[in-house]
Amino acid sequence: MTLVETADASLYQRFLPAEAPVQYLDPAGRLVASDARYARPDGQRLVAMYRNMLLGRRFDEQAAALTKQGRLAVYPSARGQEACQIAAAMCLRSEDWLFPTYRDSMALAARGIDPIEVLGMLAGDWHCCYDPGRHHTAPQCTPLATHLLHAAGLAHALARKSSGTAVVALCGDGATSEGDFHEALNFAAVFRAPVIFLIQNNGFAISVPITCQSAAPSLAHKGIGYGIGSEQVDGNDAVAMLAVMDAGREYVLAGNGPVIVEAHTYRISGHTNADDPSRYRSADEVSQWLARDPIHRLEIYLRAERLIDDEYVATVAAEAEDLAATIRTGMSRDRPVDPDELFRYVYAQPTTQLREQHQQATADFEEALR
Amino acid sequence: MTVTTLAQALNKALRDALDHDDSVVVFGEDVGTLGGVFRVTDGLTEAFGADRCFDTPLAESGIIGFAVGMAMGGFRPVVEMQFDAFAYPALEQIFSHVAKLRNRTRGVLSVPMVIRVPFGGGIGGVEHHCDSSEAFYAHTPGLKVVTPATVADAYGLLREAIDDPDPVVFLEPKRLYFSRADVELVRGAKIGQANMLRPGTDVTLIAYGPTVTPAMQAAAAAAEEGRDIEVIDLRSIVPFDDETVMASVRKTGRCVVVQEAPGFAGVAAEIAARIHERCFHHLAAPVLRVTGYDIPYPAPKFERWQLPNCDRILDAVDRLQWDDHPDTRWAVGA
Repeated sequence: MTLVETADASLYQRFLPAEAPVQYLDPAGRLVASDARYARPDGQRLVAMYRNMLLGRRFDEQAAALTKQGRLAVYPSARGQEACQIAAAMCLRSEDWLFPTYRDSMALAARGIDPIEVLGMLAGDWHCCYDPGRHHTAPQCTPLATHLLHAAGLAHALARKSSGTAVVALCGDGATSEGDFHEALNFAAVFRAPVIFLIQNNGFAISVPITCQSAAPSLAHKGIGYGIGSEQVDGNDAVAMLAVMDAGREYVLAGNGPVIVEAHTYRISGHTNADDPSRYRSADEVSQWLARDPIHRLEIYLRAERLIDDEYVATVAAEAEDLAATIRTGMSRDRPVDPDELFRYVYAQPTTQLREQHQQATADFEEALR
Repeated sequence: MTVTTLAQALNKALRDALDHDDSVVVFGEDVGTLGGVFRVTDGLTEAFGADRCFDTPLAESGIIGFAVGMAMGGFRPVVEMQFDAFAYPALEQIFSHVAKLRNRTRGVLSVPMVIRVPFGGGIGGVEHHCDSSEAFYAHTPGLKVVTPATVADAYGLLREAIDDPDPVVFLEPKRLYFSRADVELVRGAKIGQANMLRPGTDVTLIAYGPTVTPAMQAAAAAAEEGRDIEVIDLRSIVPFDDETVMASVRKTGRCVVVQEAPGFAGVAAEIAARIHERCFHHLAAPVLRVTGYDIPYPAPKFERWQLPNCDRILDAVDRLQWDDHPDTRWAVGA
């Protein structure tokens, strides 16, 4: 992504990522010496990021707890990936579009979507319980990488209307092995679509480690093969994540075509609540990553810069508890579903056959209720 | 009126749609400068510009997925899959997203898109060029599946498909691309409405797309032997026109369904089941099917045996239990 800085750079320099992940904060939260190709976000944005990350983590904890009570069918936690998800949401304006996966619930909440609507899919209420048109946020995608093509197509459509809007498409490390990942990068590149592909490399595709997934120097290195810019970032460094995602939005809107950002991070929890990660990784490995906790790092930095104090931290913690209570209440509330909806959204107008089936089903359901 | 080929009728439909609606875009492999391998998009880039009709990278899943995004952005994509078997890489996009987006989002997002697919055999194509994949699409709720058999319908149905608010898989019989007719190209054919091509009283012969031609030949040959066959061209597999089909079978009491695809679990099987469920007491004989065999599509020198033809259709008509000694050779287990 160095294209914007150096006009005379060779092709390799233009498209290759930095040799080491971009980092502003070390694991202890201290500002590190950096060649700083990206503008550091201002204090106010970083404080907002801290708040969103804290709320995101509480959301994630509460959702995980709801699976134990049977309120959610399943929950794929993103604990540890807060910096990636919040940066993805915060770099976007409301008119931009976000294409999330099933693991990106924290990004959806940070985008301003009602947390009860975010969790409705996992509770089994409908496949997507928020209004994707209103929030400019596609439904959470379960098949891996398929939505990346939709992001490319929509970005192209938006660019044709010269609307100055960008698209962020999220995927994990496993998705980079799927064919649609490559087709999406290629289409976006050929059509110079304003998309930021953010790969959250959290180390595992369920149980399969990244070493079984790719032999590339980094996943960001895949960009050069398609002629698109790329960057790799310490995904547990909130300052670096927001700096690079902000720059990414500017880069794609300047007509440079798409960009890949690889965030090196770690999935602290299992794939979902149904997973047993002790079968494929050691407790030591998890401990090492816990020591690089993205929220802790940012908090140390913000306190050192006197951007937050005990009082602010306590206020946000209280807000997070309120959020958790709202989620508990909302998800415990009876949310009845309507069997008429089974037939309502198959076609714009139901076919004769669906009208007949609907009639028959209604009679059957009434019979069953008697 | 002028003599027009089916490919030219499709081209005219695309031109008129591009002219009529600024949101229509045509794209796929070789559809731009070349005009498509069957020349269906001939001259469109020249006439409407590379923004409206353009070539894409060679990747079918990419084409369909990209079109989903463009549809979300307010466009009406009309995309081409070069041959039916080459569309298979795109099936996940079609099954999981094109067909389901309206449903997943409770109607907030939809995919008004046409997927044009050269369809069926009979052109002496080498392997992977002659499949019939209609059953895959017809089995996927959320898709409409349409196939024209005449030059006039090629125009009318493609215009309807492009205007349709739902995704339409538009199957173009390859061997009819260069069939000709002297007709005026106007709108009229409707998706979901079958067309009775020939009235008759003794047998209902149901065909669609490439099998309509042998069905009409069989009806003409049977007439010489004194059997009056009614031929129905489905035009639309989904939605299915139960009304026209059942009315015909109630009148004739006998029915044969013809398709090129392998018979097992195919569209003809569904049609036969529907007829038995709805018209049992009107039937003088079980509904029979004439289909491709349950084999991978054979090499060109074998395809004349694989494809339903006039003789095989007439044989099926003969087996419709016209007397008390039915020919049960084709019954299961016989």
